[in-house]
Amino acid sequence: MAKVNLKDVPALIEKAGDIRKGICRSARYAGNVHIGGPLSATDITVALYYKYMGFDPEDTENPERDMFILSKGHNGILLYSIFCDMGMHDWHELWDNYNKIGHTFGPHPNRKLVRGIEVSTGSLGHGLNWCVGFAHANRNEGITSRIYCLLGDGEMEEGSNWEAIMYAASHKLNNIVAIVDNNHCSASFLSGENIQWNSMADCWRAFGWDVREIDGTNMYEIDKTLAALPAVDFDNPGKPVCIISNTTKGQGVSYMMERSYAWHIGGLDDEKLAETEALIEAYTAQQQERKG
Amino acid sequence: MAGFTFNITDMAAMMNAKDVVTKKIVELVKENPKVCYINSDGTGHSGPIRDIYEAYPDRVLDVGIAEMNLVTVAAAMAKKGYIPFGQTFGPFLCVRALDQIHNDLAYNDLPVRLIGTHGGLTSGYGPTHNTIVEFGIMNSIPNMTMIAPCDANQCVKMLDASLTYPGPIYIRIPRGEEPAVYNTDYDYQIGKAIEVKAGKDATIIATGSGVYNSLQAALLLQEQGLDVAVIDMHTIKPIDKDAIVKAAQATGNLITVEDHNILGGLGSIVADVLMEAGVPARLKKIGIPDTFISLGYPEEIYPYLGFDGPGIAKTVLEFCK
Ligand SMILES: Cc1ncc(C[n+]2csc(CCOP(=O)(O)OP(=O)(O)O)c2C)c(N)n1
Ligand SMILES: [Mg+2]
Repeated sequence: MAKVNLKDVPALIEKAGDIRKGICRSARYAGNVHIGGPLSATDITVALYYKYMGFDPEDTENPERDMFILSKGHNGILLYSIFCDMGMHDWHELWDNYNKIGHTFGPHPNRKLVRGIEVSTGSLGHGLNWCVGFAHANRNEGITSRIYCLLGDGEMEEGSNWEAIMYAASHKLNNIVAIVDNNHCSASFLSGENIQWNSMADCWRAFGWDVREIDGTNMYEIDKTLAALPAVDFDNPGKPVCIISNTTKGQGVSYMMERSYAWHIGGLDDEKLAETEALIEAYTAQQQERKG
Repeated sequence: MAGFTFNITDMAAMMNAKDVVTKKIVELVKENPKVCYINSDGTGHSGPIRDIYEAYPDRVLDVGIAEMNLVTVAAAMAKKGYIPFGQTFGPFLCVRALDQIHNDLAYNDLPVRLIGTHGGLTSGYGPTHNTIVEFGIMNSIPNMTMIAPCDANQCVKMLDASLTYPGPIYIRIPRGEEPAVYNTDYDYQIGKAIEVKAGKDATIIATGSGVYNSLQAALLLQEQGLDVAVIDMHTIKPIDKDAIVKAAQATGNLITVEDHNILGGLGSIVADVLMEAGVPARLKKIGIPDTFISLGYPEEIYPYLGFDGPGIAKTVLEFCK
């Protein structure tokens, strides 16, 4: 298998539709799964895995690879769906043997069981700290690849993140790209109902990061943003980059987006899955109408 | 035997410990102006906790996804004379916020009640969400009290008892949906074990979700001619030494059952007591064999590890041969 490489945006949009369907089928066949967050993070994660990371499903341990750290580990189903789509794992292992002793896939990804997973996560607020260590190791070895980290907006409430954020900017670890899937919902609250960020972007900026706030539902904007990331140059290091990707929890499935807070975790029956797949197809077609 | 009976059928009333605890917390907050309740993104978008969160903005708090903050905020409220209950997923309390528990609750010796949910392997969410270490941790922290109720009704009794109990308490409750162990009223005292079933051949000392399964085991063993006592050791610290010594003297064969790492848990604490008391007895520990259980819901894991009635019965039978 060659490195995955979808070149144009329409192909990425199409792929995002496939992955959304994979997530929703999992919510039917694997049982209840975290669903709202995986759906909102689908677009930018697809752009990374199918274009920007040069991800090679056959060579996931290459020391020069770009790395992807799923800090919001409860979104494992998103990566499982991508890996199954790429043929690295079998959909039936995911659907028929989900969370069974002796098998592969569980509610939070385990790096020893799921090939492709960099670190076992599930406790929030660890991913960026991992990235700091990886970034130093790479810089020490002159490896200029990137380390991407996917975080949730609720997750940003964990103080441990801010220890890494403070440190990474202080030490110019510009090989880190943090992505906050700002889907405006944690497990209990919609944005602003409890914790007030005022501006999440300003918070990162104040700590010395290069922040790019984007419409995380627009594949053209995602594509442009990822294409325009500054080169990793250890001799002239810039700031680490944070992408605030604005989305809605449940993105792509209208009834979930309307009640984000009810779709942190969810399951679907046959009828609901059919309805949901049709909604995803319509949403994907709509996205194809958008222009860059 | 105490004046109560226990549920013996597989059709025992299922009560969701979490719902019952929630109902009790709401009651306490409404009745007692000193009771506080602090959560971390567990308030819910609607429902009874969300209602009190909105009604009592300075006594019912949600600190966001920030468990370390939760613990110290609770300590401060306690220092001000309040009775704070702090609740979230077990591991994020007793592992992530351990420094705060150690220093702000225990060292400062403040009466905060922490409720760690999804105790043991009951979350079904893997090692990041399982809590298999808190008995050992809390046992070795001075000033701490560690409690693991076995069913929803006992949670309520324990919450009532905690109101006047000194110092910090860590309370471990399972996921919920556990069957009720007791079906009549009984006296509940923190630190005092309950003999749920008498027996002369061996004694099972169980805690939390292990109590119900141990009773099932004892009934299976009865059919095979083995008369086994079952003790509900709901308080892990301070451990009821008298109950352990008495059981050792009476039956000579002790089996501990816990949904906790086999190292440092109830079994190890019982062994400590026996050695120090110099009471000769045989001891078999049933628990998690010092490994991370990455996958599985408790319905699959319990039988797999021999924590269900038949599994416990099998181990006891072999041990008593
Ligand atoms: C340290 C820690 N605390 C609490 C949790 C429980 N938890 C899992 S997901 C979640 C909400 C996360 O919200 P967000 O980061 O916005 O994720 P998303 O909306 O993308 O799913 C919480 C509180 C956890 N996994 N880890
Ligand atoms: Mg969110």
